[in-house]
Amino acid sequence: MLKNKDLLGIKELSAEEINLVLDTAGGFKDVIGRDIKKVPALRGKTAVNLFFEPSTRTRTSFELAAKRLSMDVINFAIPMSSVVKGESLIDTALTVQALGADFIIIRHSSSGVPHLLSTKVKASIINAGDGTDEHPTQALLDAFTIREKKGKIDGLEIAIIGDIAHSRVAKSDIYCLKKLGAKVRLIGPPTLIPEKIQELGVTVFHNMEEGLKDMDVLMMLRIQMERQGKGFFPSTDEYAKNWCLTTGRLSLAKDDAIVMHPGPMNRGIEIVSEIADGPRSVILEQVTNGIAVRMAVMYLLAGVKR
Amino acid sequence: MRILIQNGHIIDPSQGMSGTGDILIEDGKIKDIKTKSREQRQKTRDDDHTERIIDAKGLIVLPGLIDMHVHLREPGFEYKETISSGTLAAVKGGFTTVCCMPNTFPVNDNASVTEFIKRKASQEGHCTVLPIGAITKGQKGEELAEIGTMKKEGCIAFSDDGHPVMNSLIMRRALEYSKAFGVPIISHCEDLTLSEDGVMNEGLLSVTLGLKGIPAEAEQIMIFRDILLAELTGGRLHIAHVSTEGSVNLIRNAKKRGVQVTAETCPHYFSITEEAVSGYNTNAKVNPPLRTKRDIEAIKEGLRDGTLDVIATDHAPHHRDEKMREFDMAPFGISGLENAVSLSLRLVREGILTMDQLVEKMTINPAEILQINKGNLKVGSDADLVIIDTDKEFAVRSDQFVSKGKNTPFEGWMTEGTPVLTVCKGKIYE
Repeated sequence: MLKNKDLLGIKELSAEEINLVLDTAGGFKDVIGRDIKKVPALRGKTAVNLFFEPSTRTRTSFELAAKRLSMDVINFAIPMSSVVKGESLIDTALTVQALGADFIIIRHSSSGVPHLLSTKVKASIINAGDGTDEHPTQALLDAFTIREKKGKIDGLEIAIIGDIAHSRVAKSDIYCLKKLGAKVRLIGPPTLIPEKIQELGVTVFHNMEEGLKDMDVLMMLRIQMERQGKGFFPSTDEYAKNWCLTTGRLSLAKDDAIVMHPGPMNRGIEIVSEIADGPRSVILEQVTNGIAVRMAVMYLLAGVKR
Repeated sequence: MRILIQNGHIIDPSQGMSGTGDILIEDGKIKDIKTKSREQRQKTRDDDHTERIIDAKGLIVLPGLIDMHVHLREPGFEYKETISSGTLAAVKGGFTTVCCMPNTFPVNDNASVTEFIKRKASQEGHCTVLPIGAITKGQKGEELAEIGTMKKEGCIAFSDDGHPVMNSLIMRRALEYSKAFGVPIISHCEDLTLSEDGVMNEGLLSVTLGLKGIPAEAEQIMIFRDILLAELTGGRLHIAHVSTEGSVNLIRNAKKRGVQVTAETCPHYFSITEEAVSGYNTNAKVNPPLRTKRDIEAIKEGLRDGTLDVIATDHAPHHRDEKMREFDMAPFGISGLENAVSLSLRLVREGILTMDQLVEKMTINPAEILQINKGNLKVGSDADLVIIDTDKEFAVRSDQFVSKGKNTPFEGWMTEGTPVLTVCKGKIYE
């Protein structure tokens, strides 16, 4: 059983809860691999996608996950809604709840928005990414994919590479993988790795070659183009020269190391196409697993005692 | 109207007075004040003309407190606070003189706005309101405002609070020019290029909450610059709301060198850490941000050794709806007038300050910086005083604030010691 009605972050979950989600997702992965990809588990329930930030893959993944569970799904399109007329966040959420939402799946550019809403509405809030705080379902699908490929997570050497400072994915991955017993290191330019993050029990490498040595899993992050020109690094070209995952660099990791990326990718900047499309890449499997994991999250949250 | 306050423990650092005694008030002025030993005590002044006798036995009687850093929001933001509601909160909190920052709309950067504030305060205010004028026109940091004219109209200090003067040349000119009028320049020290759009203290907590941090250095760099400029110009510099250990050290060293610098801190900077922000509590969002335990210790030491001269509240009321939103979009500020006394009394209980020292930091020290005849109980002065019950326990409840701003991170705190009666120019608030 999960303890809380909401999934706000990995921070709040125990290792047992994480494993429960991953185990449950295994069953749902079988379901979505079938010819008839749907189960009636949450029939009659309603999920609302409330995305205040542009997103295609996460929103679609949640939508599909809800539909596979036989839920009704509404996509609350923000640019067309009253939000542009100045409606407050809380009013929007209360309105969505009044429409009968059982799940509110929220993405917002401000950290803490899911936490704020969770105290205001009775529906289950699922954090689909808030500011630079967390993106818990991404971390769960990453953990699911690693477990599937490596058979375990405990004891693995995992590197997260790129813009850690602005990445909610990196944060959720760190919490999740540490709770499951992995050794986590971060690789990237010093301007994109906050000094204090080492207090979370991770090691930091600024040199890509050193950092990649003997890794089991390489998790690449997207370099956000808007960071360029803000002084974090001089140019994408220089970034790529130092931190792009190339075939030569990949050979420094273990021979059976897998390569992950949450998407969307900047090919040639943080990862070269040969690797992204190559045999070590599990990037598309992450996408498929995302549906199973999100089904598991909603299924389990529906069972939380209120 | 004659009021006699009897048997209270009177503390008035301006006269070196601390002892049980009586105060007689007549026509809004202190008529007589005497402390005496038990044997001498006699009912002499309680005659037929006294209209009100207040027994202050077991209570302390202080000069009305001065808060040299508040935001009254009027004109322009009356939905947050008005001169009327803000000054009522002041007297409830034991303050009889408040200095209001110029970030109103329009900005108090010219004598007509100053005149408006003074007039409103005399009509609707409950305590003395002394406006602080803007250093630069529109608080834009580009051109000096008419400091001399505003001084004449009633401004007692100048500050671009919240919009620090980033241009060092303009700041130099302000410190130079203000010397002609003998007014201090109050600096909100923040290097805006370094703090950027930060919303809380920079550290592990800002990383885990995913909130953009403001490093302590953003404050310290500016404090150091302003100290150097004060040294260069001989102008009078007052540093607002000191929040970090490094800032305390910089000011301490400057004072040792003989720089004309004074400084204040606020109750929240010696009472709570950045942890108050956890859970995205916008009521703990304040600028400068709440810092760490180590900073609190340094601030207490700064208060103890006199590096920090003044305790001010930086009372910054906001409407509930503005605070009830995304953390990074909510405004900075804490509604502080109504618990400043109880939070500050903790310093005395912890042995950081003596009661006399605490009273100095809320009366004669700000009075001296601002060069005003307030914060004392001398015969002939305005009858501004506050009676405090140091033992009274109560829970902080924002719904009982008279300020329109209910934004406090101290909600539900059990505290000890509170003003029970305030007299402002002879008028009693209880």
